[in-house]
Amino acid sequence: MLTVGLFIPCYIEQIYPNVGLATLRLLEGHGVRAEYVEGQTCCGQPMANSGCAADAAPLAQKFLRLFRGYEYVVAPSGSCVSMVRNHYEPLLAGQPGFDHLKRSTFELCEFLVDVLKVAKIEGRFPHKVGLHQSCHGLRELRLAAGSERRIPPFDKVRLLLQELEGIELVELTRPDECCGFGGTFAVNEEAVSCMMGRDRVADHERAGAEIITAIDMSCLMHMDGLIRRDRKRLRIMHVAEVLAEAEAAA
Amino acid sequence: MASTSRDDLIGALRRNAPRETPLPDLSGLGVEFADPPKQFAESLKGVGGTCLAVPDRAAAHRALAELPAYAAAKRIVSLVRGVGQGNVDLGAVVDPHQLEGLEVAVLPGELAVAENGAVWVDGRFLQHRAVFVITEHLVLVVDAREVVNDMHEAYARLEPREIGYGLFISGPSKTADIEQALVIGAQGARSCTVFLVG
Amino acid sequence: MSDVQQAVPRGGHPEAAAKFVANDARAHWHDQALWWVRKKRDVASAAVPDWEALRDAAAAIKAHTLSRLADYVEEFERKATALGAHVYFARDAADHNAIVHRILSERGVTKLVKSKSMLTEECHLNPYLEARGIEVTDTDLGERIVQLRHEPPSHIVLPAIHLKKEEIGELFHEQLGTEKGASDPKYLTEAARQHLRQRFLQAGAGLTGVNFAVAETGGVVVCTNEGNADMGTTLPPIHVACMGVEKLIPRRQDLPVFLRLLARSATGQPVTTYTTHFHGPRREGELHIVIVDNGRSAQLKDKVFRRSLACIRCGACMNTCPVFRRSGGYSYGWIVPGPIGVILAPGRDAAAHRTLPFASSLCGSCSDVCPVRIDLHHEILAWRQEIVRRGLLPWRKRAGMKLVGWVLRFGWLYRLAGWLARRLVPALPRGLVYARWNGWGRQRELPPMPRETFRQLYRRHRGEHQP
Repeated sequence: MLTVGLFIPCYIEQIYPNVGLATLRLLEGHGVRAEYVEGQTCCGQPMANSGCAADAAPLAQKFLRLFRGYEYVVAPSGSCVSMVRNHYEPLLAGQPGFDHLKRSTFELCEFLVDVLKVAKIEGRFPHKVGLHQSCHGLRELRLAAGSERRIPPFDKVRLLLQELEGIELVELTRPDECCGFGGTFAVNEEAVSCMMGRDRVADHERAGAEIITAIDMSCLMHMDGLIRRDRKRLRIMHVAEVLAEAEAAA
Repeated sequence: MASTSRDDLIGALRRNAPRETPLPDLSGLGVEFADPPKQFAESLKGVGGTCLAVPDRAAAHRALAELPAYAAAKRIVSLVRGVGQGNVDLGAVVDPHQLEGLEVAVLPGELAVAENGAVWVDGRFLQHRAVFVITEHLVLVVDAREVVNDMHEAYARLEPREIGYGLFISGPSKTADIEQALVIGAQGARSCTVFLVG
Repeated sequence: MSDVQQAVPRGGHPEAAAKFVANDARAHWHDQALWWVRKKRDVASAAVPDWEALRDAAAAIKAHTLSRLADYVEEFERKATALGAHVYFARDAADHNAIVHRILSERGVTKLVKSKSMLTEECHLNPYLEARGIEVTDTDLGERIVQLRHEPPSHIVLPAIHLKKEEIGELFHEQLGTEKGASDPKYLTEAARQHLRQRFLQAGAGLTGVNFAVAETGGVVVCTNEGNADMGTTLPPIHVACMGVEKLIPRRQDLPVFLRLLARSATGQPVTTYTTHFHGPRREGELHIVIVDNGRSAQLKDKVFRRSLACIRCGACMNTCPVFRRSGGYSYGWIVPGPIGVILAPGRDAAAHRTLPFASSLCGSCSDVCPVRIDLHHEILAWRQEIVRRGLLPWRKRAGMKLVGWVLRFGWLYRLAGWLARRLVPALPRGLVYARWNGWGRQRELPPMPRETFRQLYRRHRGEHQP
């Protein structure tokens, strides 16, 4: 049985544990043993994105030490995986095990599609769902083609969602505009961040979505914060939660 | 002796240059249309111009005579023999400022580019450069055999020659500077008609 | 440009942006206007089957050119001079302004018409010339509008995108004598045409920017839509062309790569109305080409930021940037705003522009629309590191990050902090949790705090399901 290291982002571990559980159940349902590696905390992205790369370095070291032995590392987050694959280089270059780690750390949906070769998820999810394209997953991990580039369209996340029985993926006016979370940007540029978030929520609302889903809980946390403050009738669910719930209802 | 700005700049550029990388191979670029003249007409229409395909210059002249802008024009330049009855002799014009008030200019174009409705106009034939922009209405006459697919082909055709002054003109002058509302006829020609002859 | 220099807003980008956002209707209007331009770019690029290959080629041409820029400058100078053009080198903005002024004053020029040149905006040429008795008319419609309003352009391609037609109508009524209350763009453009026509006819010289300078031929290429650059260079006998040194490209055959990308990226047109090639002066005229450094050769040295010297000033990054669209050009405090501005401005003055690299959610959309494939969002991140390295990050933020870094390093500390947050937040009175210090909480609810962590759920799960 394939064993992977389960990399659970800090804010999911602490604030949205059910997303981690859904990830675990999903992987186990597809014949993978997922081990939560004791001692993991954070990939260091908040520090690195604030320009404090030096403060992220010890976390990168810790990450390498903890996950080095695994054939694959899987996380329900595009931004955290992007940190490892695209931004750990200056912090860990040359260190034993880093090359392998870079090549074997996957976001959940791309792991399902590219490694496990899942072509379709058998499940039921009779809801109107808005798919929010988290920027790191889209433009750093290339989980989909995106609206800017002139290449044949593809979307690994949509692939897994679209065949669920009863699901309706609503059509947005701006299919991949940023939600405005952006890490510390959410607080440093609070005004613009919230305007961006509200505009995304409004787009989903106008399109008739009941549930907004994404591969990054940070985007959803930000939009949910606005949804609940503005008392909108929308729910957020991580893609892992949608897929796990769908499979359970199959 | 104090170094000049020139020497300082060139010295700095040499010192600070990144490792050399090669120029790319451009041969795979470009687009091919099934019917370039048809595509040219569509592209020109898309940028606010009009393309009229005619069998010969006489037909172009007849079609020109029917254009309201031409029929009403009092001051006309024609640098294309047989198309348009010019009444302003550019050779006699000493100062291009005198061309203010020119209403129609019929000028020769050498190439037409299908992908974007552009026509290459060579300054050698203009006598006064200002004529193409100061005129209220612009008419260009191009041989229909000289329609190319794209800008790569256009420049390849122009390649051997020395260009003194020349330009691609794609449709009439335009602006969208006021609330992104497209206005045809900004500061140059208000209209652009291209005759593809032959 | 006007006589007003782009001022760095006090409080930096966040404060200026907050003011912009506060006018909700206006901010949404501005956002929609620029999104529409982005959409036009999408349609135009979709019609080009080799679009991505073009971007690759453009990036490679620029990278090569920068690696041999000194040679190309020399070749260009030689060829241009042989054609009869005068070529000058300016080390900085002051040098550039003095050179341009000398060219004009030596020839007795008192009236100058200008078409769009971001370089001359960067050098603040207009006020320099005006202070020395030369009347400068910006002839691009958008630039003329902001010049009459004594404000800087808010976008490098769409200078007046921040203004509504009613405001322009009011301006023209006061300054050009148009009818009061008239705001039809066609009517206003016609009035501007007549007004500017007089300026062209009276000008002693015309000044343009340079979109591309071709080393192989010694020629310069100017791409415009309105006809103003061509009016300004075909009527007055003196043409002054100002260019940043990075505008060089090696050969004539490289032009089509950029020309097929430029207008489509900028405004969604297949090409600009006029793509004018100047090789030497016209008969009985003069051509002066001023090549400017002003920090570019220094930028070439930087292994990361040198890549943004490839910029062809199309503005596509601004149009797609969700932050630019919702904060406007004036929030950036520099003549080139948006993603590219956020990279270039700190290079000028990192202290003054220290908030700019943080005025981004790092969404990466800019990098994907950039016709020359500048990795804008990576360079923006790199600038954040530079800002911290230079000690320009406010100490509170620096301390905060250090603290967070420490907590996250040690598993037990991290778990303790998490436990405290999950226990305290629901227990404290709302007024305390959502006090002013809580930047997140001004417009957003905090997420609901769960009782257990994933680690706890996992242990139970493993306990329930023996592997």
